Amino acid sequence: MSATLSAHLPALQVVLPLIAAPFCVILRKSAAAWFIALVFSWVSLGISIMLLEQVLTHGPISYLLGSWPAPWGIEYKVDKLSAFIMLIVTSIGSITMIFAPKSVNLEIPKDRVYLFYTMYLLTFAGLLGITITGDAFNLFVFLEISSLSSYVLISLGSERNALTAALRYLILGTVGATFYIIGVGLMYQMTGTLNIADLAERLPEVAETRTILVALGFVTVGIGLKLGLFPLHVWLPNAYAYAPSVVTAFLAATATKVAVYMLLRVYFTIFGTDIFAALPIDEFLLVLGLIAIVTMSGVAIYQNNAKRLLAYSSVAQVGYMVIGISMVTATGLTATILHLFNHAMIKGALFLALAAVFYRIKSVKIDDMAGLGKEMPYTMAAFVVGGFSLVGVPLTVGFISKWYLILGALEKGWWPVAALILFSSLLAVIYFWKVIEVAYFKPRPESADTVSDVPLSMLIPLWVLVGANIFFGTNSNLTVSTAMGAAKALIGGAP
Amino acid sequence: MNNHSVLRVVSKFMIPYILLFALYVQFHGDFGPGGGFQAGVIFAAAFILYGLIYGIENARKVLPATATRILLALGVILYAGVGFAGIYFGGNYLDYNVLAATATGGQHLGIFLVEFGVGTTVAATMVTIFFVFSGQDF
Repeated sequence: MSATLSAHLPALQVVLPLIAAPFCVILRKSAAAWFIALVFSWVSLGISIMLLEQVLTHGPISYLLGSWPAPWGIEYKVDKLSAFIMLIVTSIGSITMIFAPKSVNLEIPKDRVYLFYTMYLLTFAGLLGITITGDAFNLFVFLEISSLSSYVLISLGSERNALTAALRYLILGTVGATFYIIGVGLMYQMTGTLNIADLAERLPEVAETRTILVALGFVTVGIGLKLGLFPLHVWLPNAYAYAPSVVTAFLAATATKVAVYMLLRVYFTIFGTDIFAALPIDEFLLVLGLIAIVTMSGVAIYQNNAKRLLAYSSVAQVGYMVIGISMVTATGLTATILHLFNHAMIKGALFLALAAVFYRIKSVKIDDMAGLGKEMPYTMAAFVVGGFSLVGVPLTVGFISKWYLILGALEKGWWPVAALILFSSLLAVIYFWKVIEVAYFKPRPESADTVSDVPLSMLIPLWVLVGANIFFGTNSNLTVSTAMGAAKALIGGAP
Repeated sequence: MNNHSVLRVVSKFMIPYILLFALYVQFHGDFGPGGGFQAGVIFAAAFILYGLIYGIENARKVLPATATRILLALGVILYAGVGFAGIYFGGNYLDYNVLAATATGGQHLGIFLVEFGVGTTVAATMVTIFFVFSGQDF
């Protein structure tokens, strides 16, 4: 049985969380829904580890849904890149689910908690679906599944502003998805196929036509909106700031990563690097990325809400990933793919630490965090390590990705770019120091209640992520070799 | 609208035919235009008409929130369950060929069940949306 089941892992990866969601709706009990979400997250993590192993030993896997042959039916395709992204999504999901129950019960009204887990499972399934599918239209469907359910997740936030934030994300997200599907429609018009591998084969013939270039533009803007690419990021800070803490941690660590994956897929698998000669979208991305890392890190300095601060920092981090893409070299892409993983670990840890802070003091305003260094030592220590990693201090994962990014920039002889990357890291030190200064060097105000650290069920998942920051910062072989392999596969072996 | 006797009589007369037509669209989807989505919407229209004429409270008595919620989930589970049956009988996920003795029979059975799942979920969703919106005090 195990041998037969292992052949169906690609389908199970998406279908199991998808089928778990309606069971949460039927049961309607918070604890039962949580248990289902937890179990299925961990099962998915197991599946993605097995898939990564299969891909690393036997090469890409193709799975035909309904046994319809590939260009006509929907094909699921797992290669190094998608297996790696699925590993990111499932590991973050599994860890947040351990952390979730206490935080969720505090922030979400009791009768809606089951909805949170249902929507979480749907988002999870949608993100995995985007990553695994080998069909451009099917990708759109999963994009909508994950987006619609994440709008609901954000709107579950306890402040009324969460509704406005979710509505704004809904409008911009829908525009993004529509642009993507218009782009896919134009490609379909020229090639008559929706299968990604098939598209890649047929596109070069018509690559110079205006229709295809317009399609490239539409797809770029559409994915850019989902990605939070500067200047299309306006929905992101509010959505992250007002969503329930656990939701922010999960979405910040996974949703934008999957959008970057879409960008990589579209540029390098479907269009191929030659398209940049016809439409220099790489230079365009480079400029946007550079503006993002400098201005958004600058804006982050002036935030008083720690969640908003990290949200702006996320927009800046997306800038790093986009700069990696714009290099169009194996090193640049390695840096991007590495940063997908590393940033997921960093932001996952930081937002979970903030969720723990909110659990105790009911606020994530920086001023209210005064003196927390003494009162919640383990949580704040986790925040500090996460911050070091975000800045890129050696021995943390943040250093590894910045190292490869600067290496890529120097390979191309882009000295100013390397300098700007370092400069924006300095800005990260400044906005990070703001939080640390308040938490460690200001006394707790007399009027505030004394608080203790959060329970172990929250501290352990938090520290697992922090540990991952240090572990993969010192043993980067697995992540670097997988990212390099994926980058080389994307760029077609060329240096 | 409780006191419009024409509406009450006509709607009572029409509702069974709307339901019947929905089932026709559902089950004839194999051979003609139709299918789960359309059938689900038509099926829900009957309940929505009933709710408009006789009031939401009465409509909720016919189809309580618990029932719509369970139906809503069961449709999805049926769809995915057919997919798993494909794996169980030795095909790929959602492979209908292996569901019956012949491939054609399997395709018939598979699409029939899957569309029935779609119809159930769509009908329950439509009714739920109507109930939720009309139940709110603006």
